[in-house]
Amino acid sequence: MAQTGAFGDKIFRIVLLIAASSILLIVAAIFFMMVQNSLPTLERFGIGFLFGGEWKPAQEEFGALPFIYGTVVSSLIALALSVPISVGIAIFLVEQAPRYIARPIAFMVELLAAIPSVVYGLWGIFVLAPFIREYLGPFLQNYLGFVPLFQGRVTGIGMLTGGTILALMVTPIITAVVRDVLEAVPTTQREAALALGATRWETTQIVLGNAASGIAGAVVLGLGRAIGETMAVTMVIGNSPQISASLFEPANTIASLLAANFAEATDKVYLSALIEIGLVLFLVTFVVNAFAKLLIMKVAGGTNSAKHV
Amino acid sequence: MENTAANSNRRRRLVNSIMTSLTAICAVFVTGVLLLIIGYIAVRGVSSLSFQFLIDTPKPVGEGGGIGNAIVGSAIMTLLAAVIGLPVGIAAGVYLAEYGKNWFGNTVRFISDTLIGIPSIIIGIFIYTLVVVPMGRQSALAGGLALAVIMIPIVARTTEEMIKLVPNSMREGALALGAPQWRVSMNIVLPAAASGIATGAMLAIARITGETAPLLFTALNSRFYNFYLDQPMSSLTVQIFNYATGPFEVEHAMAWAATLILVATILLINILVRTLTRKRF
Repeated sequence: MAQTGAFGDKIFRIVLLIAASSILLIVAAIFFMMVQNSLPTLERFGIGFLFGGEWKPAQEEFGALPFIYGTVVSSLIALALSVPISVGIAIFLVEQAPRYIARPIAFMVELLAAIPSVVYGLWGIFVLAPFIREYLGPFLQNYLGFVPLFQGRVTGIGMLTGGTILALMVTPIITAVVRDVLEAVPTTQREAALALGATRWETTQIVLGNAASGIAGAVVLGLGRAIGETMAVTMVIGNSPQISASLFEPANTIASLLAANFAEATDKVYLSALIEIGLVLFLVTFVVNAFAKLLIMKVAGGTNSAKHV
Repeated sequence: MENTAANSNRRRRLVNSIMTSLTAICAVFVTGVLLLIIGYIAVRGVSSLSFQFLIDTPKPVGEGGGIGNAIVGSAIMTLLAAVIGLPVGIAAGVYLAEYGKNWFGNTVRFISDTLIGIPSIIIGIFIYTLVVVPMGRQSALAGGLALAVIMIPIVARTTEEMIKLVPNSMREGALALGAPQWRVSMNIVLPAAASGIATGAMLAIARITGETAPLLFTALNSRFYNFYLDQPMSSLTVQIFNYATGPFEVEHAMAWAATLILVATILLINILVRTLTRKRF
């Protein structure tokens, strides 16, 4: 009797195993295909590809530095703006707000994550960019114009707009993870602090201290998303491969370079260069995400990334 | 001495109220931005929405045109992605939940979570090298495959989470009655977790409906109604991108109207699914 299921069990298990393995296979295949298709430029330019400052496809001159710079700076702007706000919201939701207020707000923050990238881009072009051109830009130049960051012509399309849109887009992700992490801190710690006479904020500080590595993980996860975010940035950053001190100047990121140029790249070397820079993006986001996952696991072991897509 | 103690207490209470208000302001600010975005889309979108717009194909600037083929294209490619991505993702999720408590399961889990964070444009390049180059042209098939790849890890992880919620006593009961493991999984565990899995699947579908980057050079775009999977296909998102970055005012108006359709669909799925299931995703 017991044997009837043995064969079925074996088949069932193998089918499931294949499905699970396909995820590993996909990641391995992404890596393999990208390396294979970027071999022409990998061999021709070597490591110098990463440090070249000029990007002139027509002259077969490929330097990735402007795009790496743009990616790093726009992501840093995004984190600088979104981390304090995200942590603030998470504290509000977990530590302060009563349930009937926390639930709808948490729900709305989650909806923010559901809005597609291209929609943020559209909103960025027609609402945020004019706002920065007419109000924020002139304001910053008036009061902080002596800082090189805020010099130059304000067109509304540029690094600052890209970074701001990114900030908006990573806020729900960072908020969600920080919430999970704060919820994982035992209630007894809060009770102990309150019993000793600590104020609510002092209690929160203790909770934050205990959740520190998880919050760091949330920030790194947000960084990973900011680095890879494509459409919205492409639409507002100006797509110009230059390294400029001013945040008002147009710039470009790796992801937006790919989005804007990949379809037109018919030349073999050009295509290879684009895939190579894509490979850089793949490796960086892979490492950043893995690192974030490790940090978050330390605090909230069961956290599931699928919740934060 | 008493005076300084009172002062420090007053300071502590002041800091407390300032900081607790600041966190509340953060929450109000971000929800305000969400409402601002949605409100803007609603106002700008409604003003250029019409029935003709929903069924027409794109036309040269000034002659009207619509997003009929883009809606159909998005639907076809999303469906294709679901047909490929859901079975694989759900099967992988069942594996993780039922057999995944070993090093292999942990590896798959870890790599899935990492794959979820890989930029979707990278998936686009991957499918380009894997499908578009050998086929010699962009196609709906390539677009659907790219979306499926994005879907698989998400569905796998939500399925796993949902299956883990099924009480062990149900498995034990079925096994004790002599049912083989695969029967237990298929006939007891999966039905019990079905509504949760469906929720995860719907959210994953909502997510890929909004994807643009992986379609840019896999499915490309098309000006016509197309039902052949080996031909380039239009999608709502790519069409919005083209209209939004076009030079003409009429194109921008069409971008807003198309966005209203897209965002309404996605938010509706999200709101329905999240209110119907009390469990938070």
